[in-house]
Amino acid sequence: MNGQDPVAAFRVEAAELLDQIEQGLLDLGHRLDDRELVDEVFRGLHTLKGSGAMFGFDALATFTHHCESAFDRVRKGLVPATGELVAVILFAKDHMRALIEGDGAGLEAAGDTILARLRAAIEGAAGADVPAQAAEDARGGWRIIFRLPPDAMANGTNPLMLLDELRELGEARVVARTDAIPPLADLVPTRCHVGWEVELRTQAPKSEIEDVFIFVMDDMELTIEPLASSVEPSPAPQPELPEVETPTDVAAQQGRPTARSGEHVRVPAERLDELMDRVGELVIAQSRLSQLANGGVDVVALRSVSEEIERLSGELRDTMMVLRMVPVATLFGRFRRLVHDLARETGKAIDLVTEGENTEVDKTVVERLADPLVHLIRNACDHGLEPPEQRFAAGKPAAGVIRLSAHQAGGEVVITVRDDGRGIDRERVRAKAEAQGLIQPGQPIADQDLLQMIFHPGFSTAAQVTNLSGRGVGMDVVKRTIESLRGSIDVSSASGEGSSVVLRIPLTLAIIEGLLVRVGAERYVIPLAAVEECLELSLEEDLRSRGRSFITLRDRLVPFLRLREMFATGTRPDPYQKIVVIATGAERVGLVVDQIIGNHQTVIKSMSPLHRDVGTFAGGTILGDGGVALILDVAQLVAIGQQQEERLRAAG
Amino acid sequence: MTASILTVDDSPSLRMAIRIALTGAGYSVTEAGDGSEGLEKALATPFDMIVTDLNMPVMDGLTMIRELRKAPSMSGVPIIFLTTESDDAMKQQAKAAGATGWLVKPFVADQLVKIARKVLGR
Repeated sequence: MNGQDPVAAFRVEAAELLDQIEQGLLDLGHRLDDRELVDEVFRGLHTLKGSGAMFGFDALATFTHHCESAFDRVRKGLVPATGELVAVILFAKDHMRALIEGDGAGLEAAGDTILARLRAAIEGAAGADVPAQAAEDARGGWRIIFRLPPDAMANGTNPLMLLDELRELGEARVVARTDAIPPLADLVPTRCHVGWEVELRTQAPKSEIEDVFIFVMDDMELTIEPLASSVEPSPAPQPELPEVETPTDVAAQQGRPTARSGEHVRVPAERLDELMDRVGELVIAQSRLSQLANGGVDVVALRSVSEEIERLSGELRDTMMVLRMVPVATLFGRFRRLVHDLARETGKAIDLVTEGENTEVDKTVVERLADPLVHLIRNACDHGLEPPEQRFAAGKPAAGVIRLSAHQAGGEVVITVRDDGRGIDRERVRAKAEAQGLIQPGQPIADQDLLQMIFHPGFSTAAQVTNLSGRGVGMDVVKRTIESLRGSIDVSSASGEGSSVVLRIPLTLAIIEGLLVRVGAERYVIPLAAVEECLELSLEEDLRSRGRSFITLRDRLVPFLRLREMFATGTRPDPYQKIVVIATGAERVGLVVDQIIGNHQTVIKSMSPLHRDVGTFAGGTILGDGGVALILDVAQLVAIGQQQEERLRAAG
Repeated sequence: MTASILTVDDSPSLRMAIRIALTGAGYSVTEAGDGSEGLEKALATPFDMIVTDLNMPVMDGLTMIRELRKAPSMSGVPIIFLTTESDDAMKQQAKAAGATGWLVKPFVADQLVKIARKVLGR
């Protein structure tokens, strides 16, 4: 973030404010008479308006002003908060977001529609009133007699500065009026007991004199009369500070870049300090290295510098990864709105319970999780939860509960979407799977495998596709997205009690622990998180499995892929080949490699656009010796293994 | 000597704008994100002037001003509050709490600097 660009900072902040306003409104929707929530929403709108105007977002400021006024009336108890009002302000909030992200062009009509609805909801919004200010002329000068309020000095007004200000306007003759000074015993030293009379020769108008006293004028004794004639109507009422025009020079003139606030990450200052410390140490290590390079070869010193740099780069990496972490709260926050809308659309009562919002995940991961989670929550609301009457009949509370939770487990974040609905109808899944030819009629199948069927493309068990779900995005897409994040997805369900979908996602996408293997002459990295075990493929087993490519692993058949053949290395296999068993969720596949080299900290470099369609590889990395190793795409390989298994099953 | 100013506002962008305006005019600026942080900083270090928002979470500006004025060290230190209210009620409340003056949002840098010069005389 540019530390000197308040407009960019405002965008980030406005987005957060809007989220806050939205949360407040959604809560308010449930507890319409909660004063604190009303205040919170009001404060959010108020700040947004004020800052918006400061940074040249005029349309936003004007629009928000109306919403704020409406809410002010609620706050003052003139109008009750209603569901309709909350709904309108929610719409308004979306409009505000559009005004912040763009330049407001073409949005006027939409804004007017919302305001009309708002007016209907609140019946007659308060109009703005800016009183015009009358100017007065001066001739010759002014006689100014003033006495400050008693606590003015304690409150930070310095009378000497007021006198200095008057002197700046022209030639002044100042006489102190000491008549009100009390006897010493009664004198309060922090109080101003002195009054002044000033004869000021100036062309300045009366308003300019009044401006000098602007902060104290309504509590003080002040007479300002023209020097020439001593007759002047009673002192004019205190003028309003003139409304200031919006500072167009800040940002409004040049075309604003429509930067999305999501491009910024807020970083706690102490983390930056930490990073700075490490960089400082790195610079020192670097200069030691240069010295060594220019001097003779001292292996011991060189090794010590090398160790130092290794430690520093490790720490830098860790600090950097932490910088990219954001709490999932930003993600979860969005779903409250979604559930609110879904509840309205479906006519079901739905409560969203979130847990573990402070769990932190890599920023990129958070963004890419949004769509899959939206789908899972839609599914849960639409298919999972029963209508209130059915729930009632089943002896459940009328309001369904969607529980969205996150926690960290090792290098993974586990996100669970759970509903307390009817559960997945296994009969229907089975019927559908049979109809699609995924399983044979009557074929026995493990319960977990049956549930996994819902991840097949084109699989939807909903008897009728409603407006909410079945929009072409199926569970297969969800699964693919999760796997592209190197995560896994599992589903479990109990009839009548609800379902839960568990997503396991690695904390970061940038650096992974990998297992470095060799196939033929090339080296490859297998993400370590996916590796279940490594075994040796004995010569006899190798021969026995020719053409079948299955091994028996603890009484289960596991398909395996000979990477040497897949990658067409054209080399002879090593005498002792190894099998690396990898898994996503419940599915496993073995990879036959020539050699297992060991663990490798892998910095992932993504493939060029040209190679993006190459399915088997998820990216590349650069090894310590400068060589390149490709990173295997676990999800793809498991899928290939599964197809192999299915072909075999089909062949009997 | 550079006059030091504490700015208290929950909006980082506003704090940034205030900091840019005041440091540009030669003042040194310290920031606080809400009333209680402002109170803590103001009581820990003497400032020549405080610029504060009124609407803030944790501790609002009015409460902070009242608390500040209880401290003998804060007697006479100018406190300017920022307000968007066009009605007098807010100004009266803030002044009753012990504020020195105010600035109506939105404002431009010059206005803020002018007020600083006005109450600080430098």
